[in-house]
Amino acid sequence: MSTLAVAQAEREQAWVQPSKGRVAMFCLILAESTIFTIFVVAYVYNIGKSLYGPTPQILEVPIWNSIFLLSSSLTIWLAERAVEHGRIKSFGLWWALTFVLGAIFLVGTGIEWHKLIYEDGLTISTNLFGTTFYSLVGLHASHVILGLIALFTVLMFTVTGHVRKEHADRIQVLALYWHFVDAVWIVVFTVVYVIGR
Amino acid sequence: MLTEPYRCVKWSAKGFLFLLVFFAWHAVFAEGPQSTPSIFAPASTPASNIYELSLFVIAITGGIFVTVGSLIAYAAFKYRQHGQDDTSEPAQIYGSAQVELAWTVVPVLIVVVLFLTTARMIFAIQDAPKPKSALDVTVVGHQYWWEFNYPRLGIRGVNELHVPLSDANHPTPTFLTLLSADVIHSFWVPQLSGKTDLVPNKINYLWIDPRHPGTYVGQCAQFCGVEHAKMLLRVYVDTPDQFAAWVKNQQQPAVNDPKVAEGRHVFETQACMNCHTIAGTAATGRFGPDLTHLMSRETIASGATTNTPEHLREWIRNPDTFKPGSLMPAMQLNDQQLDQVTAYLSTLK
Amino acid sequence: MADSTFPVPGALEAAPHGRRWSQAAFLAWLHDWVVTVDHKKLGILYMLYSIFFLLVGGVEAILIRIQLVRPDMHFLSPWVFNRVFTMHGTTMVFLVGMTYIFGFANYLVPLMVGARDMAFPRLNALSFWLTFFGGILLYYSFIGGYGLYGASSAPDTMWWAYSPLTERAFSPGHAPDYWALSLIVTGFGTIGASINVIATALCLRCKGMTLMRLPLFVWLNVVTSFLALLAITPLTAAQVMLLIDRYLGGHFFDTQAGGSALIWAHFFWIFGHPEVYVLVLPAFAIANEVIPVFSRKAIFGYPAMAAASVGIAFVSLGVWAHHMFTIGMTSVGNTFFVLSTMLVGIPTGIKIFNWVATMWGGKIRFATPMLFCTAFLFQFLIAGLTGIILSVAPWNWQLHNSYFVIAHFHYVLVGAIVFCIFAGIYYWYPKVTGRMLSEKLGKWHFWLFVIGFHVSFDTMHVLGILGMPRSIFTYEADRGWAPWNFVVSIGGFIQAIAVLVFAFNLVHSYFKGRVAGNDPWDAWTLEWATPSPPPAYNFAEDPVVTSRRPLWDIKHPEDPDWRYE
Ligand code: HEA
Ligand code: HEA
Ligand code: HEC
Ligand code: CUA
Ligand SMILES: [Cu+2]
Repeated sequence: MSTLAVAQAEREQAWVQPSKGRVAMFCLILAESTIFTIFVVAYVYNIGKSLYGPTPQILEVPIWNSIFLLSSSLTIWLAERAVEHGRIKSFGLWWALTFVLGAIFLVGTGIEWHKLIYEDGLTISTNLFGTTFYSLVGLHASHVILGLIALFTVLMFTVTGHVRKEHADRIQVLALYWHFVDAVWIVVFTVVYVIGR
Repeated sequence: MLTEPYRCVKWSAKGFLFLLVFFAWHAVFAEGPQSTPSIFAPASTPASNIYELSLFVIAITGGIFVTVGSLIAYAAFKYRQHGQDDTSEPAQIYGSAQVELAWTVVPVLIVVVLFLTTARMIFAIQDAPKPKSALDVTVVGHQYWWEFNYPRLGIRGVNELHVPLSDANHPTPTFLTLLSADVIHSFWVPQLSGKTDLVPNKINYLWIDPRHPGTYVGQCAQFCGVEHAKMLLRVYVDTPDQFAAWVKNQQQPAVNDPKVAEGRHVFETQACMNCHTIAGTAATGRFGPDLTHLMSRETIASGATTNTPEHLREWIRNPDTFKPGSLMPAMQLNDQQLDQVTAYLSTLK
Repeated sequence: MADSTFPVPGALEAAPHGRRWSQAAFLAWLHDWVVTVDHKKLGILYMLYSIFFLLVGGVEAILIRIQLVRPDMHFLSPWVFNRVFTMHGTTMVFLVGMTYIFGFANYLVPLMVGARDMAFPRLNALSFWLTFFGGILLYYSFIGGYGLYGASSAPDTMWWAYSPLTERAFSPGHAPDYWALSLIVTGFGTIGASINVIATALCLRCKGMTLMRLPLFVWLNVVTSFLALLAITPLTAAQVMLLIDRYLGGHFFDTQAGGSALIWAHFFWIFGHPEVYVLVLPAFAIANEVIPVFSRKAIFGYPAMAAASVGIAFVSLGVWAHHMFTIGMTSVGNTFFVLSTMLVGIPTGIKIFNWVATMWGGKIRFATPMLFCTAFLFQFLIAGLTGIILSVAPWNWQLHNSYFVIAHFHYVLVGAIVFCIFAGIYYWYPKVTGRMLSEKLGKWHFWLFVIGFHVSFDTMHVLGILGMPRSIFTYEADRGWAPWNFVVSIGGFIQAIAVLVFAFNLVHSYFKGRVAGNDPWDAWTLEWATPSPPPAYNFAEDPVVTSRRPLWDIKHPEDPDWRYE
């Protein structure tokens, strides 16, 4: 075969391309950010438009909750580092800790909602504030749940001894998602508990 | 040599041209109200301004079309392959920065010109100052009918908008405040002005200053449900005398003719009064049109049909005859009740 | 035309296959198609799906045209008419427009970049089947859900589904639910497919295929996919809000509880405007391949073409409110959107000029694909200029929601996109099936369609000028619109005949068409270096390229492209 013409011009050089996992995750994050943007815009647009019912004043700032969630970004990063260097044990610990922190966040949100519903009488259909609040925070919470499911799956693999050093890249791709979920919380937090209150 | 498809093309092109000429641009540029509400037959300042702007825009886009279109045609014709066996390849040209620059800069200039002209006109129409002599009308869109309130005159009109003629010496433009009671509608009378939507929870504005008396037609221009197609609009441009007379009549309470008392009784005992108002009676419903001066209108149900006693009777018997899906239910009246109520309504001049 | 096998590494002869049909063989064949993760098969499935719904949407268009052929027709009831035109628009945009993209992209992107499959084959299959079930769900509401009879469960609120008409108070049935749910499902399919296209084009390129050597087809599909990621998601978000309103008693768009009708319009068009460029960029992608090959010249200004596409995508994110000039924005708001909208004309103009420059000095072969692309150039020019006309806000106050708008967007959607789809099908059908489509039927198809197209859609402009609004199931006899509507309807029928010719051609040529060989058009991109149809693994050996037109280099060793890069 005459690959001659081809070979002539082509300098022998390493042919590197971006990792497809990463590219895909960045795309997913791009798409998700747009969804969040729309919900955030809807929230901001509707601040103070409720005609009746409870107002954002009833919200309590979930400081502890936020600290738990944001610190999980740190722990997952430590887990990433660990697996990269083949320290599977310590990876498992950090990973489990991340899972627990995320779970605590969810429980915290549950407690907050319980109070809002049963003490303040705010449900999703009460008024505009209820609608926008539960949708935005709920949208984020649903992402936390998805993330936790993924974290849990990896945790199971770790416990059963299936995770090895080679998996570092995939694990980092997954961790990207978790970082995203955390970053979105900063936005949601600012909009709902700082600007909106 | 003509192959079949090409012959077909020739034939069809001829046919199409013929049709175009046949339906030539009739009545498009005439003055005054037309039965065809062409946007090229403006009869009020906003519509005329838009028309003039549109001529300018047509000139520019038409120019671009002719230039670029003939380039395409020339290229396609001039550089076509001559004969199947001419298989040598033409010279390969990969691009030229200067040329790219040229055909970027020229469109930029055109866009600047278009944009500035447009911007000027937006401000001229949308932010036009309201003169003291202007008439205020509040338009409320309902699913499939229009409500026209004249706050300063205390009139509540329906479906047919009466406005005074506005001439240069006595400018009496009408400023419309647009509201909606349910979903989004759009107020469009092409000869008088562009359209503006009636959006719930939002107040919009529109103004007209018609120069020729007569009846202008238009219709709701935003899909609003089943009977969107029959949410027609009529604007009556009255001379000052006509308008004064109309106002005077509208300000009266409803005619109370004892001869049709049975009809009035039917109206007040059936559910009619839950939805309709007849000033001076017990009927004060707001869901349907005000019927106080029903007979002063030429059409009923926002243009669905003409306002004759037979149509009125049929409408009350079963509104679906004229407007299937309108929000007035068939009231299941018997023939006698129908006759009585029709007779009563027919007195409401 | 040249019909030889080029000695590109990896080009393989397809195994000859004769098959005897039995029930077992049929089931095996069916099973094969259902569980396939092969990008070529999925591409074909996408295309068949798209063509099928083009026929369905076309039938709906014909129903619309019969109802409007003269005033006071009672062919369809108002309810059914509203469902038919809503379904027509929804079908054409989401089930035809959004799927042909991935049909072509799936089949061609891996071949063009010299890869063996998409980056995520299983995600690819998942995306297709999500799209598939979304379409089924939409049509279930129409056919199974009494949508053609009394109770309303087929979408009947236009394809914009403006609130508050879609709220429970005004749409008590399930129409908006079906609309939203099915489009959310197809939307997920779109997101998956877009991610796949991007990852494939960025991460699976064969050796030497740098970004600036990607065929423009691939470039445009990458841009499209990015745009789709940014455009589909706002719609999904808004539809989730709508469902929250309808099922959980929320108040996003509930105007009675202080909600806003405006915000839906904004969200919809933040999706809706980029969406139309999502639809048109892959059409441009097809033209980018067809025009050079049939003009026998390299594409003029490759970097400018790529840059212009990116430019269009960027600008298109900031122009959405030109669909809302009449909704009552401030004069400053209107002015802003006039400017941003007009700016789109500049990169688009660059594209048109580059295409013309590509034809300039060439030796144009007017085979059917090129005929469709030439017509596309003309029609897109006109469509773009009517777009500019519509962006002149004051004039838009007149033209908005009139038949002029209908004319504008059919000029783009049909005159540009459908024409390019046809061009693409005529061009790549030989690669996919191994047989040529009949040129004779192709010419009939082309000329009938062009004529039908112009008879219909040129005339619609006039109707708009004469003040005829859209979405109306009938009109008054004295408006003077009747003769024009009659002509429009005639055009619709001519188009229908053309489409039937096309469908016949597709089927007939599959069995009887001339055998194509690997490279019937004497083309230059990598897919033509494989056998027709390509084997499951595409390339036995990974190809290596040194320029934008690898096959040109091989065919013209005396004057290869890489010298000029
Ligand atoms: C593929 C689809 C597609 C494409 C490519 C376009 C392209 C454009 N569209 Fe279109 N449009 C639609 C699909 C599309 N549109 C649809 C579906 C709707 C209606 C939806 C609905 O209501 O249901 C719509 C509606 C629509 C409206 C709203 C109308 C209304 O409802 O009131 C407007 C208004 O500005 C508009 C403008 C434009 C412009 C400026 C372009 C530009 O991109 C065009 C640019 C091209 C050119 C300008 C030609 C080539 C350029 C040159 C030769 C250079 C020189 C030119 C200049 C300097 C001007 N479009
Ligand atoms: C890609 C998009 C696309 C395409 C291709 C078309 C194609 C056509 N459209 Fe469509 N149209 C839209 C997108 C599209 N449309 C959109 C988005 C709307 C707005 C909807 C809304 O307002 O909500 C619209 C609205 C719309 C209207 C306005 C409705 C109204 O507002 O009341 C009209 C009216 O004439 C119309 C006509 C046509 C016609 C005649 C065609 C023709 O080109 C069709 C030609 C094709 C055929 C005729 C195929 C026929 C096939 C057969 C005959 C084979 C049958 C066999 C089998 C099924 C086996 N369209
Ligand atoms: C449920 C509310 C309702 C009831 C009850 C009702 N109507 Fe109506 N009516 C309407 C609505 C809504 C319209 C406007 C319909 C349209 O144009 O789409 C209307 C329109 C009319 C019109 C035409 C008005 C015009 O100016 O065009 C007449 C006349 C009329 N109704 C008479 C009656 C009579 C008589 C009765 C009782 C027998 C009655 N209506 C009961 C709601 C009602
Ligand atoms: Cu009101 Cu359409
Ligand atoms: Cu647009």
